[in-house]
Amino acid sequence: MNSVQISHITKSYGNVTAVRDISLSINSGELFALIGPDGAGKTTLFRMLTTLLLPDKGDATVCGLDMRKDWRQIRTISGYMPGRFSLYQDLSVEENLEFFATVFKTTIQENYDLIHDIYVQLEPFSKRRAGKLSGGMKQKLALCCALIHRPRVLFLDEPTTGVDPVSRKEFWDILSRIKEQNITIIVSTPYMDEASRCDRIALMRNGSCLRTDTPEQICASFPHKLWSLKGKELYQLLLDAREYPQTYSCHAFGDCHHFIFKEENDKADDLAAYLRMKGHEDVLIERLEPSVEDCFMDFGEDDQ
Amino acid sequence: MQLIILPFAANFEMKNVNLAVVDNDCSPVTTELTDKILSSGYFKLTTTQDSYEAALPFMEKNSADLILEYPARLEKDLGRERSACVSITANAVNGTKAGIGTSYLASIIRQYNIEQISPDVTIPVQIKNTHLFNPYLDYKAYMVPGILAFLLTLVGGFLSALNIVSEKEKGTIEQINVTPVPKSIFLLSKLIPFWVIGLIILTLGLFISWIVYGFIPDGNVLAIYVFAAIYLVALTGLGLAVSAISASQQQAMFTMFFCNMLFALMSGLFTPISSMPDWAQTITLFNPIRYFVEVMRMIYLKGSLFTDITGHLLIVCAFAVFFNTLAVIGYRKKS
Repeated sequence: MNSVQISHITKSYGNVTAVRDISLSINSGELFALIGPDGAGKTTLFRMLTTLLLPDKGDATVCGLDMRKDWRQIRTISGYMPGRFSLYQDLSVEENLEFFATVFKTTIQENYDLIHDIYVQLEPFSKRRAGKLSGGMKQKLALCCALIHRPRVLFLDEPTTGVDPVSRKEFWDILSRIKEQNITIIVSTPYMDEASRCDRIALMRNGSCLRTDTPEQICASFPHKLWSLKGKELYQLLLDAREYPQTYSCHAFGDCHHFIFKEENDKADDLAAYLRMKGHEDVLIERLEPSVEDCFMDFGEDDQ
Repeated sequence: MQLIILPFAANFEMKNVNLAVVDNDCSPVTTELTDKILSSGYFKLTTTQDSYEAALPFMEKNSADLILEYPARLEKDLGRERSACVSITANAVNGTKAGIGTSYLASIIRQYNIEQISPDVTIPVQIKNTHLFNPYLDYKAYMVPGILAFLLTLVGGFLSALNIVSEKEKGTIEQINVTPVPKSIFLLSKLIPFWVIGLIILTLGLFISWIVYGFIPDGNVLAIYVFAAIYLVALTGLGLAVSAISASQQQAMFTMFFCNMLFALMSGLFTPISSMPDWAQTITLFNPIRYFVEVMRMIYLKGSLFTDITGHLLIVCAFAVFFNTLAVIGYRKKS
């Protein structure tokens, strides 16, 4: 079993509670994502699961190993890729990989099949120093180093932050392939749009876990009808829509606004008339399927 | 580099003491005495003036360090009473120069006295100095072993602290911490290279002092190595303790800088410990460099053997245990 069980874990730094009573159950072979904005407590949770930090309260097991007692074994079966590039910048690509293989008492050859897909892209630069690689390449090298000892659980802390959209997509494709090797992958990300690539997600905010479910279930459980507003003067439209007495919430989402009514009746025509009166002649109102981001914003609304 | 430059620069020998002479007598005796003083090689005649008042501006302008004044009728007094006074005025802004210059000058005049009296009269008590272990009072012989000790301190303490903290800064220590490698092994693998580098530097330093200065330790070279090996363990322990409490290289650097400053000035490397006030002497007891500098000088100059440095060795062992315990405690608190 490669599962991760977290029960009632809490960690504070001084007065700040970074992780507040989180319980999660991550199944074997799952691609699980912790999604939340900066400061949600994702990294702290990761640092506890990788035995870098001890929780103030609560317990967790990784592959059935207790994080307090069996931390040494946990380290041998888990791979961790911190959010910050933390390989040896003065060593070459090859040397880094070899170093981490040696540290885990294995060799590159032994597990080469696991990293082959990723490493072929790095091969042309194998003599280059790790510090001189591009951002996307650094991430791939770090992933290789985290995989070199064939871990049973892989922890990736914001692997796609600061990586361009093409590389991000590529990275998620790689993760899907790693998952096929029956490796449990836990990944954190602030990008809500990446949620659909995961089996299950946990939405986090301010150290608490808001919801845990499959992305589809989370979207399906969205309790409101969602509308999109489009117009020329987007900002003024947002302000005016929020002034409308029947408005439950209205958020800016790129090129349109996501709008929810207080009561669940089709009153789109009324809203359109109101907005036209406000001078938005070309306003376009359409029904919309909720995304994970809508759900996250909605949970936030409940909090306040 | 340090070993080649510092001993020449950190030199207490006075070669160029600027002397102003006020000759109120202008007799053969004063001329002879002045010639004698100048021929010693330590003094340089800046000016000859008629009065003390005229000579004083030269001292104020820093072109004279000493003023030697012969009274009028010096020769006559000498002839009649067989004694006379000269006055020496020293510019004490540079204390060492004034002190040493004055004593050089006094000893030359004393010698002149003796020459005047003898051969017909013998002086009952004659002082004759012999400098044991360093017969020519060669400052380089004194400084080289000390500076070598200081260099090892820099490598052992400074570099090891900076190296570990730099791993912290870059975040690489994080990546190592999630591997099954125990912390103790990680720290050891960080310290051993510096320990080895330290011993290599010591070897290089011994060679340089032999090739450049021609100094060969009178005592047991092996004793130096044994002592240095333990000393480096102590200092890397200190570096480790510093790295445990600092979060950035800057922090570590300033902490070590502070320690090293204190250690160096209180080590007896530049100023003798025995001339420090009592409280300062007590502080030097807690200074590891002090012991290493002493041992280096003992072995180089005195030819001390193992048995002579046992006391120092034990103290440095205690330092090693103390600093490393401190480091372990510091790191344990973190995790």
